[in-house]
Amino acid sequence: MSILGTRVVRTEDPRLLTEGGTYVDDLRVPELAQAARVTFVRSPVAHARITGIDTSAAKEAAGVVAVLTVADMDDLPPPPPDSGLTGTEGAPLPLGGPWSEPLLAVDKVRFVGEPVAIVITDDKYGGEDAAELVSVDYEPLGAVVGFDGALAGESLLFPPAGSNVAVSTGTPSDSAAFDACDVVVERTITNQRLAPVPLEGRAVAARWADGKLTVWVSTQNAQIARFVLAGALGLDPAGIRVVAPDVGGGFGAKVGIDRDALIVGWAAKHTGRALRWAETRSENMLGMTHGRAQRHTVKIGGTRDGRILAYRLEIVQDTGAYPRMGGFLPFLTCLMASGAYDIGHVETAYQVVVTNATPISAYRGAGRPEATAAIERAVDLFAAEIGLDPGEVRRINLVPADKFPFTTPCGATYDTGDYVGALDQVLAGAGYAELRAEQARRRERGDVLQLGIGLSSYVEITAADADGGETARLVVHDDGTATVYTGSSAHGQGHHTAWAMLVEAELGIPMDKVTVIHGDTDLIPAGVGTYASRSLQLGGVAVQKAAVEVKDHARKLAADMLEASEADLELDVGRGVWQVRGDPAASRTWAQVAAHAGDTGLTADVNYTEGKPTFPFGTHLAVTEVDTETGQARLIRHVTVDDAGTVLNPVLAEGQRHGGIAQGVAQALLEEMVYDAEGNPVTGTLVDYAIVTAAELPSFELLSSETPATINPLGAKGIGEAGTIGATPATQNSVVDAVSHLGIRHIEMPLTPARVWAAISEAREGR
Amino acid sequence: MKVTVTVNDGEVAAEVADRTLLVHFLRDVAGLTATNVGCDTSSCGACTVLLDGRSVKSCTVLAAQADGRAVTTVEGLNDGSGELHPVQRAFRAEHGLQCGFCTPGMVMASVSLLAENAAPTEDEVRTALEGNLCRCTGYHNIVRAVLAAASEGQRQ
Repeated sequence: MSILGTRVVRTEDPRLLTEGGTYVDDLRVPELAQAARVTFVRSPVAHARITGIDTSAAKEAAGVVAVLTVADMDDLPPPPPDSGLTGTEGAPLPLGGPWSEPLLAVDKVRFVGEPVAIVITDDKYGGEDAAELVSVDYEPLGAVVGFDGALAGESLLFPPAGSNVAVSTGTPSDSAAFDACDVVVERTITNQRLAPVPLEGRAVAARWADGKLTVWVSTQNAQIARFVLAGALGLDPAGIRVVAPDVGGGFGAKVGIDRDALIVGWAAKHTGRALRWAETRSENMLGMTHGRAQRHTVKIGGTRDGRILAYRLEIVQDTGAYPRMGGFLPFLTCLMASGAYDIGHVETAYQVVVTNATPISAYRGAGRPEATAAIERAVDLFAAEIGLDPGEVRRINLVPADKFPFTTPCGATYDTGDYVGALDQVLAGAGYAELRAEQARRRERGDVLQLGIGLSSYVEITAADADGGETARLVVHDDGTATVYTGSSAHGQGHHTAWAMLVEAELGIPMDKVTVIHGDTDLIPAGVGTYASRSLQLGGVAVQKAAVEVKDHARKLAADMLEASEADLELDVGRGVWQVRGDPAASRTWAQVAAHAGDTGLTADVNYTEGKPTFPFGTHLAVTEVDTETGQARLIRHVTVDDAGTVLNPVLAEGQRHGGIAQGVAQALLEEMVYDAEGNPVTGTLVDYAIVTAAELPSFELLSSETPATINPLGAKGIGEAGTIGATPATQNSVVDAVSHLGIRHIEMPLTPARVWAAISEAREGR
Repeated sequence: MKVTVTVNDGEVAAEVADRTLLVHFLRDVAGLTATNVGCDTSSCGACTVLLDGRSVKSCTVLAAQADGRAVTTVEGLNDGSGELHPVQRAFRAEHGLQCGFCTPGMVMASVSLLAENAAPTEDEVRTALEGNLCRCTGYHNIVRAVLAAASEGQRQ
């Protein structure tokens, strides 16, 4: 029996549990033995002109090696030219031109936390002291805060651009499509700004020696980081080595390498000193990119008996002070706007605006949770308006199983799925009818603790850049062990376990004899890395294909050794030996075959690309208890189907679902990055930013469903982001549902006690 | 000032700045880097260690306060036999860790919990671990791991 699909515990864990991982700040390599510490001087104001920087006092402080500002950056290439993308569909790249983002601030600062100077010291604590001595004069400019502040345009972040709107695109509204509906509901919904908060913040170490820059960085993509470093510092990529050691979580906010880490790389080259930087959490909350930050206007129309006929989604994307991902996030949101439903008429439009806040980038889901949140709220609003059960409205409108592949009006082609099946499985697993009965009893009794039941049926896109592919190199050694070099990159997902399982399944080389190496551009120059739930369906398939290639080569070698025809040779995967069919005594081990390969070795290199992305789907059902006296909402059950095709290792897949659900619930109930009217962040520490804890969550009820993908041999789709996509709207819908009998139709996220209490009070006063 | 701390059964003595935090003493002086720093407000618990057998957040304890006392980090949990500690074993069996950054602190907080309450309920585990943040696991398998370690302890 193949090891694939079985519950294998992780090979990564013994080391992590006994000696801890080796994260960037844990590196004790000789190259960094004399490394100095970098401390950033950051803007304390949201928007200002810099009129002077005095570094003299800091430079004289004990232990200070250097204090550097933009004036020292005379060895950089010019900024990138205008991408020409303004006003059109965006791309996942900065816009350039008038929207260019510097490294250290030039003349102006545009968000609290923007890097203005760095202090290099021998000692960590000394750096914090010396940074306090750098004196910067700021002449305040009008702060642009929030969607409306940006659109008002009274103050501009980039005056040469002439507007705070960086991208504007979409289709005009067709009123005829909505006029044909019995019922039309319209509402504005905020998908709030979140902080990703990987437990390890950003960290980097850099050393310039012998004309080569080595950068150790906490990243999801070593190879992309090398490419970005080369461009930003004007270096040949061949002269840069990027190493991603253990990475303490990423969630999209560690894609590539960001501005602060580029500054450290530059400073190492500029000063010739090996340098280290590991940010504090307070820096992380302001300097690491945030996610979400979209305002939606949804319009949904249909018949009184529950058929949805038309849907419009308009988005304003707050991209923060610099449009790092430009129009990419709302582009993905629009692509997935119609969700899991078969809706005849769908319109989308979006604007990307700059504000004086931390730049926005990917956060677990990156545009897709926003799409699902909008449509799933809209479907509930529609169901409430026509007085039908939200489960029933979903069943009527979900794309039926016999319509795949299904191309939406938004241009996405959903590959495989059974959306109604997922809904029914969750409703049955949760005991939906009994939950509704219990809800009715509590309403009848007028209980303080009311019950809410929320649904979310979703479809998402994984490996959206499937044509970007992924690399794998597999080497079988003459001691019978194997090494996998993968372009994919792990930061908790369990790649080492999964990739070793693939090798064992294909070659019969036991997992404990398989070493997996990732995240070192000297060893793996080509690769893409990890984002968009792409690892298994691209990187995993690449490993499997490399194993098949090795097997084909080994068959020839074994045939030669055993003086048999290739056709008579078989690999006994259980024993990991090659043998002549019908004659088990005539056999060769992997060690023997690899030795026979000679100097050429037993090696395969694969760059696997997939022409199309895949579309995982599922349904989440959240049950909340809402205290109608205090407004406190508590999640008490969460039941899900997350169908991501064939599952390689249920242990790993469930872990991805659990983590995503928690983050999704956290967005619905707890988390929000808040700025005041002057653009000051007021949730800049983990005391103020309500990251979810164990005490606020129940155990989750995961149901299993596997509808294989047909475009790759593993049948795999991505699973990394299912949780945040499904859980947020289910939880939000459940809280609204708990108080819907009071006439409440919507409450904005996060559904804090204050917000829920205010909604209840308003509803009761309105009677 | 001179600080002497017994760390995982070995004595570590060093001259350190008065303001040195215990976590930095462990990482930079004792050279034990498993204990991580995840925040600056005593919120995340990644730095949790045992001080004289009780869990503390080592970012909120001065090295000077640990002078003459005994600290246990995750590196000191298994007795050198090569066997995992029951809590470590349970975290592995139940997939209670992903990126691993919160793990040393989470394991030490769990060890401390089970020393105080050998048979906690799920709610007690969740409440006890409220001061230890994990962004990867959704806590589901961490809670299962602690409960599994507890029931293994009960059987013995």
